[in-house]
Amino acid sequence: MNDDITLRRFDQFAEHNDSAQEAETHIEAREFSLFYGNFEAVRKVSLQVPKRMVTAMIGPSGCGKSTLLRSINRMNDLIPSTHASGQMIFDGHNIYGRNIDVVTLRSRVGMVFQKPNVFPKSIFDNVAYGPRLQGVKNRQQLGEIVETSLRQAAIWDEVKDRLNTNALGMSGGQQQRLCIARALAIKPEILLMDEPTSALDPKATAKIEDLIGELREAYTIIIVTHNMQQAARVSDLTAFMYEGVLVEFGNTKQLFTNPDNPQTENYITGRFG
Amino acid sequence: MRLGTRKLLDKAFSGLGLMAIALMAMALVLILTPIIWRGSKAYLFKGTIEHRRVMLEQFGRGDAKAFNRETRQAAEARAPVYRMLEEFEAEMKAMDRTVRRNYKDAYGEVEEALHVLLGPRPGKRTPVLLRQQYGQTRWDRTMVKLHEVLYATEWDYSTPGAMGVQIEKPRVDQFRGTRLEPLFDYLPAHIDEMMRPRTTFYWRFITDTSKDSHIFGGIWPEVLGTIYLTLGAMLFAVPMGVIAAVYLCEYAKEGRIISFLRICISTLAGVPSIVFGLFGLAFFLNTIHVSDSKSVLAGSLTLSLLVLPTIIRSSEEAILAVPRSYKEAAFGLGAGRWRTVLTVILPAALPGILTGIVISMGRAAGETAPIIFTAAVSVGMPLKLWETMNQPTPALPWNIYNLCTEHEAVDEIRHVQYGMVLTLVALVLLLNLAAITMRARIAKKLRG
Ligand SMILES: Nc1ncnc2c1ncn2[C@@H]1O[C@H](COP(=O)(O)OP(=O)(O)OP(=O)(O)O)[C@@H](O)[C@H]1O
Ligand SMILES: [Mg+2]
Repeated sequence: MNDDITLRRFDQFAEHNDSAQEAETHIEAREFSLFYGNFEAVRKVSLQVPKRMVTAMIGPSGCGKSTLLRSINRMNDLIPSTHASGQMIFDGHNIYGRNIDVVTLRSRVGMVFQKPNVFPKSIFDNVAYGPRLQGVKNRQQLGEIVETSLRQAAIWDEVKDRLNTNALGMSGGQQQRLCIARALAIKPEILLMDEPTSALDPKATAKIEDLIGELREAYTIIIVTHNMQQAARVSDLTAFMYEGVLVEFGNTKQLFTNPDNPQTENYITGRFG
Repeated sequence: MRLGTRKLLDKAFSGLGLMAIALMAMALVLILTPIIWRGSKAYLFKGTIEHRRVMLEQFGRGDAKAFNRETRQAAEARAPVYRMLEEFEAEMKAMDRTVRRNYKDAYGEVEEALHVLLGPRPGKRTPVLLRQQYGQTRWDRTMVKLHEVLYATEWDYSTPGAMGVQIEKPRVDQFRGTRLEPLFDYLPAHIDEMMRPRTTFYWRFITDTSKDSHIFGGIWPEVLGTIYLTLGAMLFAVPMGVIAAVYLCEYAKEGRIISFLRICISTLAGVPSIVFGLFGLAFFLNTIHVSDSKSVLAGSLTLSLLVLPTIIRSSEEAILAVPRSYKEAAFGLGAGRWRTVLTVILPAALPGILTGIVISMGRAAGETAPIIFTAAVSVGMPLKLWETMNQPTPALPWNIYNLCTEHEAVDEIRHVQYGMVLTLVALVLLLNLAAITMRARIAKKLRG
């Protein structure tokens, strides 16, 4: 029964989202599972994430949202004793295949974490970290990248006069936007966000949400959130997960107003989770 | 009631803590006061004209004209002493042989004691040993030596069965009625004019080489040797220790081998330092022959082994204390492991690593046992940098030990021993202070 649900693909819901119909798939999971030791935290998930849209992942705590998200840029590799099965297709390649260079993958798939994790370096050095890794040495070129990234992250005006001060001196919301700028500076194609606003106050949250709205023009964004309103506000598509299984995936409006699956309905209406 | 108890306990604990700190502070004062008080006398003391003579003749320091004027005045004051000696010698010659024998030994002692006090008698052949070419250079020693001229020590065995007791007898009693009798009044009355004491700030004590194995001069070879050995040890131990710590924290997979390695490191930290010294001798000198004989190089290597566990452990702790999120952020931006370590983890861990280095530096600077067989000699010249590869050096900890156990005239130069102790303590404190300020500055930069 569950298997049946997970096999549903995004295009089966296409009738609810006309623009998505034409969108090309950017990343695709095929029967993808991820194990912590013997524990299967993500179970045979199949989904297609369309390009230049915001996809939200919701579900009760511990259902595997973060795990799935972190599978997309192989951050789970950092945890010993994890392994994956199935496929995660990005740009025509299975990223869990043999010849994949994780470093290149991560420079194409940026990530923003739950808690702002700026480096204890200057604001400039934080944003320039990624470009420097990619070999940009020219100071002027770096300066340009830093400025555009900070502008994109809507924080340029707040920090332009203190680029050389330590980033830890900023407020939590500013730090999170700096993290977004830092992720944008490596010019990724996909931006993964794991509860980027859960450590922030409503005002800072609103700013980040506005920012996501602007970034969708240029990036494919996948955002994990606990906040149903947030998912409804910012995303085009929503995936609902439960106990490692992708229960339902589809147009956000449709999923929130008229879910196919009773479990989804229960969760959204607050009957569990 | 409950709340009351809790508050009481709270107070008791903070009281205990305060007491512990106060006790520690007291212990520190108790230890440091004599070190500073006695050690400072190597630098700041009342120096006699003989001190200035040593400075001028041995170190080419001081105003020769002023010194000659002073010498003339001192010689004037000393002239009656030597005249009395001559008169008494003439008197002795005229004596009957049997009477003369009574005076001969006693007079020899007086003559010898006077030599020690004032230096060689004018007109006599210059002694070969440097220490015999000068009188007392310090006023405190002058008073001791003056006393020895005035009093003879004898053993009193009058109580049968008991241990002999040392007693002092005025020498003047032996020369009553002779031409020498007035000497014993003249000396204490005119010792000032003969020795001309003056408060002297001998800061060059730290930069002068020693003359006649520390009888005169300073401790520069020891200071320099200590600096070489300490920095040398750090040169080997810091990179090795930090790399090992990085490996253990970031690369190694937890398992039996790693646990075993960790146990080895802990054990190494507990090995007595003399064992390291012997190992250094057996391995660095006798097995792989880093140099033909003792050398700074061999000593540094041995010391580096000694401090390696401390550096590894503190670096490991510092690295583990770096928030995981930094690492994730770096990885998420596409940094490889090595880049992450270099650009994020090590900078963030630097204050902690520095703490370990500070502790190790103090340890390396002060250790005696590891360098006994590998690097230290009791007398030596300051080394040039390249000479450290194959030459031994004096070093403060070893020479302090050597002075108080093996030096033939240690009672004469206690001030040198204390001066070395003070200098060593100051050196270690200074190294620590430098590292602590550096650490504070970096920590502040990291905090923003
Ligand atoms: N490092 C780990 N080792 C073992 N099990 C883990 C690890 N991390 C997560 N898990 C388990 O995997 C499952 C999914 O965790 P995950 O963090 O993906 O959930 P989540 O949906 O992000 O939850 P939350 O909303 O609380 O963040 C949970 O049951 C969790 O206990
Ligand atoms: Mg999570």
